[in-house]
Amino acid sequence: MARRRSRRPGSMWRSTLLACLALGAASAVAQDARKSGFAYMGPDTQAMQKDDLANPGMLSALDGEALWNAPAGASGKSCASCHGDATASMKGVAARYPAYEATHNAPVDLAGRINLCREGNQQAPALPRESREAIGLATYIGQQSRGLSIAPPDDPRLTPFHEQGKALYTQRMGQLNFSCAQCHDENAGGHLGAAPIPQAHPTGYPLYRLEWQATGSLQRRFRNCMAGVRAEPYSYGSPEFIALELYLMDRAKGMAVETPAVRP
Amino acid sequence: MRALVMFLAFLPGAASAQALAPYVIEHGEIRASLTGKAGDPARGRAIVGERQKGLCLLCHSGPFPEERFQGDLAPTLNGVGARMSEGEIRLRMVDGGKVNPQTIMPAYYRVDGLTRVAPALRGKPVLNAQEIEDVVAYLLTLKDGGAPGRMK
Ligand code: HEC
Ligand code: HEC
Repeated sequence: MARRRSRRPGSMWRSTLLACLALGAASAVAQDARKSGFAYMGPDTQAMQKDDLANPGMLSALDGEALWNAPAGASGKSCASCHGDATASMKGVAARYPAYEATHNAPVDLAGRINLCREGNQQAPALPRESREAIGLATYIGQQSRGLSIAPPDDPRLTPFHEQGKALYTQRMGQLNFSCAQCHDENAGGHLGAAPIPQAHPTGYPLYRLEWQATGSLQRRFRNCMAGVRAEPYSYGSPEFIALELYLMDRAKGMAVETPAVRP
Repeated sequence: MRALVMFLAFLPGAASAQALAPYVIEHGEIRASLTGKAGDPARGRAIVGERQKGLCLLCHSGPFPEERFQGDLAPTLNGVGARMSEGEIRLRMVDGGKVNPQTIMPAYYRVDGLTRVAPALRGKPVLNAQEIEDVVAYLLTLKDGGAPGRMK
């Protein structure tokens, strides 16, 4: 299908202009048409994300900070016992996940990495996906990369998983028979009912979503989109979701991490 | 024989599957009603306007002043009854992919060739034959307004 133009040239210009002002570099915008989901939100939601005191995702980061310093498991160690001050040691870490895990011969996402440490190093039970604890730690670690560029590892072992992710992204699915690409590449900027369709960049996760009334992961977002097209969602931490996450991180290479973002 | 039929009916998938009414595509149209009868335009309007059922206004706009948020991913439904014949509209509803393989419009009356359909919906079309006919009857009443072609 030929790429269709938005019929809202006015608002497109306005948001492009705003993006230019924000970056102070019109040329960078001209070269890079990628936009965070932030750019598609109304001013109130944007203000909520920008103000740490109003951003409810910060509460999850605080949960995570407490857990970071709390001894757990048979080892009696906290994350801090091994990694020290997260503001230094975790800087840039979320910006380069999923990463290849040699013991698995496969990539792991950040939530999976945290559980490898829980089980292997702390000798504590894995944190259930999407639990307050798991989201808290991932948010706190993600926050340490705020403002840094997404920088996927340059690791050839990841290539087949990147390809798998790309194939999933372009695979039509569900009773309504949509691919991710049909919405997020071909129709980004359009409106599905009231909702502006963003470009599906993973820049803000975990993030606070007003509709969830909670902070949630990128994979929770994937599950929502799959349910929307009436498909059977993959499960949390599945190889399919890790591959999709890997593909989206590669696609967003160089974009700034926003964790914890806010979305409607 | 009867036992075999009973058995088949309980195979996974077969239990929930509804046999689709057969149809013939000729010259870009499905001329015959899927039910053999004309649909009810009033019921059709309700299906088109209702978000969970028809989903139409997620992508299209149309003469629904009471619906505040209408999508802009597709041509307006205004005037579609003047732009297209009944058979063209029916084919669009049944399986628009037969006209444009790249279309994003879901096939409303198709159950095969789909991937990872939610288990509760496997083997079921989005709308049944009666609902398709109701929508076709309603769309045919939309004779004026709206430029043809894409809105977006
Ligand atoms: C039918 C359209 C549609 C399809 C198909 C779809 N999405 Fe989405 N997606 C949306 C909309 C609309 C939003 C904005 C959130 C909302 O309002 O629900 C969104 C949001 C997202 C976001 C959040 C971006 C942000 O800034 O937070 C991601 C990531 C995403 N989708 C990924 C995917 C992936 C991966 C797939 C395929 C498995 C997919 N989507 C399929 C419509 C779709
Ligand atoms: C997810 C998007 C989407 C949904 C939902 C959707 N459509 Fe469409 N529809 C389209 C697009 C896009 C086209 C343009 C034709 C193409 O893509 O080939 C179209 C074309 C049509 C046409 C032909 C109009 C013309 O002027 O060419 C009719 C009639 C139509 N749709 C009716 C409906 C009805 C009725 C519903 C709901 C029961 C519906 N559509 C739901 C996306 C959608």
